[in-house]
Amino acid sequence: MNNLNTFTKGLLKENPVFVSLLGMCPTLAVTTGAFNGIGMGLSTTFVLICSNLVICLLRKAIPAQVKLPCYIVIIATFVTLIQFMLHGFVPSLYTSLGAFLELITVNCIILGRAEMFASKNKVIPSILDGAGMGLGFTLALFLMGSVREIFGSGTWLGLTVPGMTGHTMSLFVMPAGGFFVLGILIAVVCKLSKRKPPKKLGCAGCPNAAACSAKCEEVQA
Amino acid sequence: MGLLTVSPSPHIRSAMTTQKIMLMVVLALVPAIISGTIFFGPRALFLVVFCAVVSMFTELVCRALMKKEGTISDGSAMLTGVLLALNLPVTLPLWQAAIGCIFAIAVVKQLFGGLGCNFANPAITGRIFLLLSVGSDMTAWVKPFYYLDAPALGLFETTGSQALDGLTGATPLASGDAGLMELFIGNVGGSIGETSALAILIGGIFLIAAKLIHPSTPAAYLGSLAALTFVQVLVTGGEMTEVLYALLSGGVMLGAFFMATDYVTTPITVKGKIIFGIGCGILTFVIREFASMPEGCSFSILLMNLLTPYIDKFTRTTPVGAKKEKKEAAK
Repeated sequence: MNNLNTFTKGLLKENPVFVSLLGMCPTLAVTTGAFNGIGMGLSTTFVLICSNLVICLLRKAIPAQVKLPCYIVIIATFVTLIQFMLHGFVPSLYTSLGAFLELITVNCIILGRAEMFASKNKVIPSILDGAGMGLGFTLALFLMGSVREIFGSGTWLGLTVPGMTGHTMSLFVMPAGGFFVLGILIAVVCKLSKRKPPKKLGCAGCPNAAACSAKCEEVQA
Repeated sequence: MGLLTVSPSPHIRSAMTTQKIMLMVVLALVPAIISGTIFFGPRALFLVVFCAVVSMFTELVCRALMKKEGTISDGSAMLTGVLLALNLPVTLPLWQAAIGCIFAIAVVKQLFGGLGCNFANPAITGRIFLLLSVGSDMTAWVKPFYYLDAPALGLFETTGSQALDGLTGATPLASGDAGLMELFIGNVGGSIGETSALAILIGGIFLIAAKLIHPSTPAAYLGSLAALTFVQVLVTGGEMTEVLYALLSGGVMLGAFFMATDYVTTPITVKGKIIFGIGCGILTFVIREFASMPEGCSFSILLMNLLTPYIDKFTRTTPVGAKKEKKEAAK
């Protein structure tokens, strides 16, 4: 796998939100607006790149028995950093993201990439993987946030969308609308990437197959 | 030659087809449509026709896009449109009504595989979608006969309730000041088809007499709601007319006879239907009394729709001749 591929696979082909269905909690909760989506996405990208880098460097030093606590400590360090930075420089975003900023620590995308990729690969691919996955996450959140903000509030990135005044549907900014928009976007991404549902469940076509230690036959049995 | 044809069972077919059932239900809704037109003016009738047309058109487009055979002739899309329109206030802008119909048909019904595969009642879900999306327009109730002494709302009016400032009021369910006779006839504010208990009863009794619906669901629904209200009256010490008031106001009548009896989304057995009806009654009561919404009929039916597969599982009947040991062994 070359470096370019490592970077681009996170954008669409293995998009963490639309394909792997990871990080659903922030995806549904903070995407009531496009700006929140970008903020959450870029914060996560920062943490993802940094944690991938450090975990990759320490991959031989971390004992296998305590790897998860070690990963969490590393991730939490960077989350605290980004939290202070947002609090200091973009307080409005800090307030609107609320507890979900701290919850980046337990975001399964970050832990997933640490476990699946950074702990098994060299430094440059790990950084690229983190950047690709992070930007894919940002893209997904931005799309979700845009759709929900335009239809739900009649604005986009805070600007009024012409023609939407008085025609907004508040369902879109409600949690139910979040699930609805997510489902439709997943369907669109499936159609765009021309993925067909597998005839038989198996490891072929599973985006997590490389990192998965269990055999599908065993799991199903 | 017909006698010699070899075909798999069933060999005896009922003359009752899906198309006939759907048309009969639409026929049973005609009294409610008439009462809605009398009380809320010609726009009510127009809205009903509009919703039916949009629903059928959506069905046509969906089936064509999915490259499946057209199902528009079975009448189910028309029924969904009519039922949804009867659940809307007469002032609702047309684009909102159209979105409700498109959501009901495209998302709730066709995305799940069309008639027979939908997990929830399309009309109910369409109504809830609109209620959550455009809540203020969905809860603007004009007074009956508003169109006589005020300039009637144009058929294609898009501004909705804002055009009729001062003519709208709370539903009798929220205000609690309507007379019982008014409620029975339907001379109160509300959705197009829900106000007149009399018109709904005529349609409901027609359906029961034609054996299209089983009386157990409406009986269990209305019965449990009445029983709970009765207990509440006993505890709080109100008047006994409140029980009747609870049954006649809001959308319970329409829901009990036409929504909670949908074939696809309600249990099959009579026992299951009774459980379904009681569940709807309890949920409606709880939502009306303790939740922030004035009416809980549509939410209660949707919630029970979701429970229907489990009710069906618990009330499964044993086939004729099946041995009891086998049933236990299968468990």
